Amino acid sequence: MIPTGEGSVHRFADDVSTDHITSGRYRFLARDLPALATHCLEDLDPDFARRVQPGDFVVAGRNFGCGSSREYAPRVLQALGVQAIIATSFARIFFRNAINIGFPAIEAETAGIAAGDRLRLDLAAGTIENLSRPTTVTCRPYPPVMLAILRDGGLVAHLKRHGTYWLG
Amino acid sequence: MGRTIIEKILCRTTGRDVRAGDLAVASVDFALGGVDSSTPLTAQVFAEIGVPRLFDPGRVAFAVDHATPAPNEAIAGMQQATREFARAMGAILIEEGEGICHQVLLERGYVRPGMMIPGADSHSCTYGGVNAFGTGIGSTDMAAVLATGRMWVRVPESIRVELRGGLRPGVTAKDVILRVIGEIGADGANYQAVEFGGEGLAGLSIGERCTIANMAIEMGAKTGLCEADPVTDAWVRARSAAAYEPVAPDRDARYSLVREFDLEAVSPTIARPGRVDDVVPIEAVIGTRVTRAFIGTCTNGRLEDLRDAARALRGRRVHPDVRLLLIPASRQVLLDAMAEGVIQTFLEAGAVLAPPGCGPCPGIGVGVPADGDVIIASMNRNFKGRMGNPKADIYLASPLAVAAAAVAGRIVDPREVLEP
Repeated sequence: MIPTGEGSVHRFADDVSTDHITSGRYRFLARDLPALATHCLEDLDPDFARRVQPGDFVVAGRNFGCGSSREYAPRVLQALGVQAIIATSFARIFFRNAINIGFPAIEAETAGIAAGDRLRLDLAAGTIENLSRPTTVTCRPYPPVMLAILRDGGLVAHLKRHGTYWLG
Repeated sequence: MGRTIIEKILCRTTGRDVRAGDLAVASVDFALGGVDSSTPLTAQVFAEIGVPRLFDPGRVAFAVDHATPAPNEAIAGMQQATREFARAMGAILIEEGEGICHQVLLERGYVRPGMMIPGADSHSCTYGGVNAFGTGIGSTDMAAVLATGRMWVRVPESIRVELRGGLRPGVTAKDVILRVIGEIGADGANYQAVEFGGEGLAGLSIGERCTIANMAIEMGAKTGLCEADPVTDAWVRARSAAAYEPVAPDRDARYSLVREFDLEAVSPTIARPGRVDDVVPIEAVIGTRVTRAFIGTCTNGRLEDLRDAARALRGRRVHPDVRLLLIPASRQVLLDAMAEGVIQTFLEAGAVLAPPGCGPCPGIGVGVPADGDVIIASMNRNFKGRMGNPKADIYLASPLAVAAAAVAGRIVDPREVLEP
């Protein structure tokens, strides 16, 4: 489940909220995730959901996913095939929610990454190579329990495998 | 080295000698298992885990509150699924019209000092108003809590906010927390707990303390926690006979940051559209025309808030260009406000009254603004699109400032409209 691959960058700024990622006005689509995902981030970038390709990266500044606890936020990004979200920092509920569904939310310095850049992620090595610059940034290590949950493919698989939370 | 409130609560619930930075598994005391906008997903993940029963149905509540009455058949279906899951599991169900989950759990005495209560809503930190550790989590985390009664936690560092002095007339707890958020920033407390104490806290009601704790999430915090005192005890004792243990920090507890706020120095404060931490004294935006005003939510829909707003409405009329919407936080708040004549004051002034619940705050389809609307609201968030329309602007202020603006048709200093 740990991805290793190349993809293009979709760039967002600081403080992207869960309202931006999946607005409450589309909650009526919640039981149809592909339909809900077509509106992902549309208030910030109306074409994002149409443009994004499987394996692409969402790259942002500080405090990505701030606001509500809606797990639909990481789920719509995952449903669009986004490989990982890379941000300087994440709001904590979003961060947990992403890892819990086996979706990599990665803390790293993103100042040198621009829209359209090609990245190669090697999460096992903890590196993000910017093929367009070229530079490499380091992923901030996960706490052991989060790494285990991510490796297991999410919290449900983690609990089935370990019977409880594995703290390392 | 002493401990903070959150370190002490997590020492008890993890059964370990933990400090900030430690990872541990905690046993929760109660859980807000789901609300209508997310329970179907939580129920789906719960089914995937494959445990047939909740860890303890008597300590789990579900609520139908986020979009009531239902605006369309899809939301009605999610609400029905929420009811059905709660009933099938034998859990507590807060039904449509009873009020916002957090307010109802507080009113019914489910929330007591020292408890650990994860909730399927980011404003679960409201419980810190009575010295309980509430924290928002998503559907998968919650499904695991429902199945096991446990969740993993990283023990957070704490920011200490010392409140001094007392509030001046026309200034409210909302102004205080907006001021704190403006200083700390929208992610200034990320991964941390914010602890509120000091002699200034003693002069604040439980409702006011809940307003303050409620908005800890708007600084990124895992929770906001007020110290307990005789005010807390009297409030909780009136609602619950259960035993509880208030948790105070040690004198030599270690904080990542200590900030003092002199309540007397706080003036009416407002957050400008787009960012909760874009906070300015209200003087900076006086004269701004508004088209909608909204009083309600888990932040500011309590009796104290309605009373406050009524002071600006009594004997006056809402401006003809403004619609003022009132949504009490709970049925109990509505009944109490009716008994005091506060609802009468709102309606005589021309306000629209909608049933208790979250109303337009989560933007799911109740009370959605129109393109170009400028809203002043007693809510907690003003992100683009928050109320269901990205082409509307939202200012955040106290219920008193909202009511004063509704009458004037523009943002005014609420101190000017108070009766002498």
